[in-house]
Amino acid sequence: MARTISFMQAINEALAQEMERDETVVVFGEDNVGGAGSPGEMDAWGGVMGVTKGLYGKFPERTLDTPISESAFIGAAAGAACSGLRPVAELMFVDFFGVCMDQIYNQAAKFRYMFGGKAKTPMVIRTMFGAGIRAASQHSQSLYPIFTHIPGLKVVVPSNPYDAKGLLISSIRDDDPVIFFENKVLYAVEGDVPEEPYTVPLGEAEFVREGDDVTIVAVGRMVQMAEQAAEQLADDGIECEIVDPRTTSPLDEDTIYESVENTGRLVVVDEANPRCGFATDVVALVSQNCFEDLKAAPKMVTAPHTPPPFSPALEDLYVPDAERVAKAVKETVGQGVAS
Amino acid sequence: MTEVAGARELSKEALLDAYRTMRTIREFEERLHTEFATGEIPGFVHLYAGEEAIAAGVMAHLDENDYVASTHRGHGHSIAKGCDVKGMMFEIYGKDEGICRGKGGSMHIADLDKGMLGANGIVGGGPPLVCGVGLSTKVRGTKQVGVSFTGDGGANQGTFLESLNLASVWDLPVVFIMENNGYAEATAQAFSSKGIDIAKRADGFSMPGVVVDGHDFFAVYEAAGEAIKRAREGGGPSLIECKVNRYYGHFEGDAQTYRGENEVEEIRKEKDCLMLFRQRVTSADLVEEEDLDKIDEEVKALIDEAVEEAKAAPEPDPDKLLTDVYVSY
Repeated sequence: MARTISFMQAINEALAQEMERDETVVVFGEDNVGGAGSPGEMDAWGGVMGVTKGLYGKFPERTLDTPISESAFIGAAAGAACSGLRPVAELMFVDFFGVCMDQIYNQAAKFRYMFGGKAKTPMVIRTMFGAGIRAASQHSQSLYPIFTHIPGLKVVVPSNPYDAKGLLISSIRDDDPVIFFENKVLYAVEGDVPEEPYTVPLGEAEFVREGDDVTIVAVGRMVQMAEQAAEQLADDGIECEIVDPRTTSPLDEDTIYESVENTGRLVVVDEANPRCGFATDVVALVSQNCFEDLKAAPKMVTAPHTPPPFSPALEDLYVPDAERVAKAVKETVGQGVAS
Repeated sequence: MTEVAGARELSKEALLDAYRTMRTIREFEERLHTEFATGEIPGFVHLYAGEEAIAAGVMAHLDENDYVASTHRGHGHSIAKGCDVKGMMFEIYGKDEGICRGKGGSMHIADLDKGMLGANGIVGGGPPLVCGVGLSTKVRGTKQVGVSFTGDGGANQGTFLESLNLASVWDLPVVFIMENNGYAEATAQAFSSKGIDIAKRADGFSMPGVVVDGHDFFAVYEAAGEAIKRAREGGGPSLIECKVNRYYGHFEGDAQTYRGENEVEEIRKEKDCLMLFRQRVTSADLVEEEDLDKIDEEVKALIDEAVEEAKAAPEPDPDKLLTDVYVSY
């Protein structure tokens, strides 16, 4: 039965239900228990944001704190995945990938291919991303395009609580390494989520809103921005179709093309930096595969090519918002071949 | 009869197995050295010749259910762990019947069914992986152990030091074998670690650390046996530093001008692990010379056959480029 819970609770519930279902699922990361070895409360934190709170109480043998040693414990996730477990390791902020990337892209991502198909590496790395909480340059980036670039990794960027739960369950059950991106601003967002376990398949986009004038492709928190913009634009008589790919790898190209064939116009909203990113990828694919359907040049709405700034006045300018999306939609509607 | 330390518990069969492992590695590597010079072998090849006693001495305590993470110098570990020798040779020639279907090559030989988590092109890549193995065996309640091999170069990677700490913190059934062959690529350990015994670092992570002579099969066998037994029985991780020498360069084609005059020749004369093993087991009347000679012949024939077949074997089909990965765009 569905009830309203937060994005964070949806993730916690997915972890708990998979740990219950499958004894090989283990959860670890910095402060995932939060209190190991201390004189006070053992399960004090449950992760720096509290996402894993309560798991230790239910599964004390399979919920572990780690030292602040990302290379060791992300690599341990890869080794555990090759030897019978389904680990879910938490890389607290994706910005920290710099200290453990070798274990992700040279080890885990490549085992299956490099070992001639003999290895499977069923691991999930949960990681926080995104600007908006004044966390400054080293705790606010949206680095999913870097991981999307790497063959062998699956990359999940959920936009709402329902998808977060279903996609995380699919990720845990998947036999390839999955990087699961959690936008920290979405943690408090609430939505209807069934209580029972369910899956949302990796690689299937969703139509968030239907419309005939412009296709907006967005992932993660940017889906919200697209929805807000679409509401405003509807008042002006512009009907937007919003496609949420939900995973940037594998990417559901067909659904994007289907929508663009219908609308003839494309705006991609991406919180990542603009060059060689998710937005450029979608624009390139659509340009190559739907050229004859396009009535106007595709548009990208992204963060600027700068690190995320600290000052609230600047950070608010950094993240794409509904106004920028609406402006881009209007530009594309006002441009090119009349429909 | 001369007493051979550490040999008491070994049956004649076990001694012959150990010798066969070491001889197979030596023959494999010597032959690759020769064949590489012809230009027929693609890519990078790093030879293990000179260090055979370590792989054989450690792996004698492991079975297929135990896991090993290796290094770029991984042929010896792979052979000792039971990987198919012909499959390895095919792999090194990049052929379809290779142990990794020609997709891995010398630096990525792996066979999960044999507990071989892979040679590794990244120095220090293995230690975190065996922490995962240790966690896995602990959570699943098995008696498996994980063993990582690292060189003196890898000993200065953060991954190695982080893994020692994590294994200690999580109390994992893991053994770290540090093969100190004196050179990280061309840089001497005397420089890169100030020449210290790396085993001393174990103390900083609250685990036992010992130094053994890596040319001496029996010394390695004994130290590894103790550490692996401790790990299996829940006593936590250990670090073993094996002081050893490599006969060939960092990679094939390395002229080794950084090494001392006659350095390798003298080691071969005085410390060769196969020579020492033969002397000790025959002088103690544990094994006959003829038994060892017979193994030499059998191994030579196997390697001859492996090279011949590998050269003649078919290349991977072009469509294999896109298999064994979840999606290709």
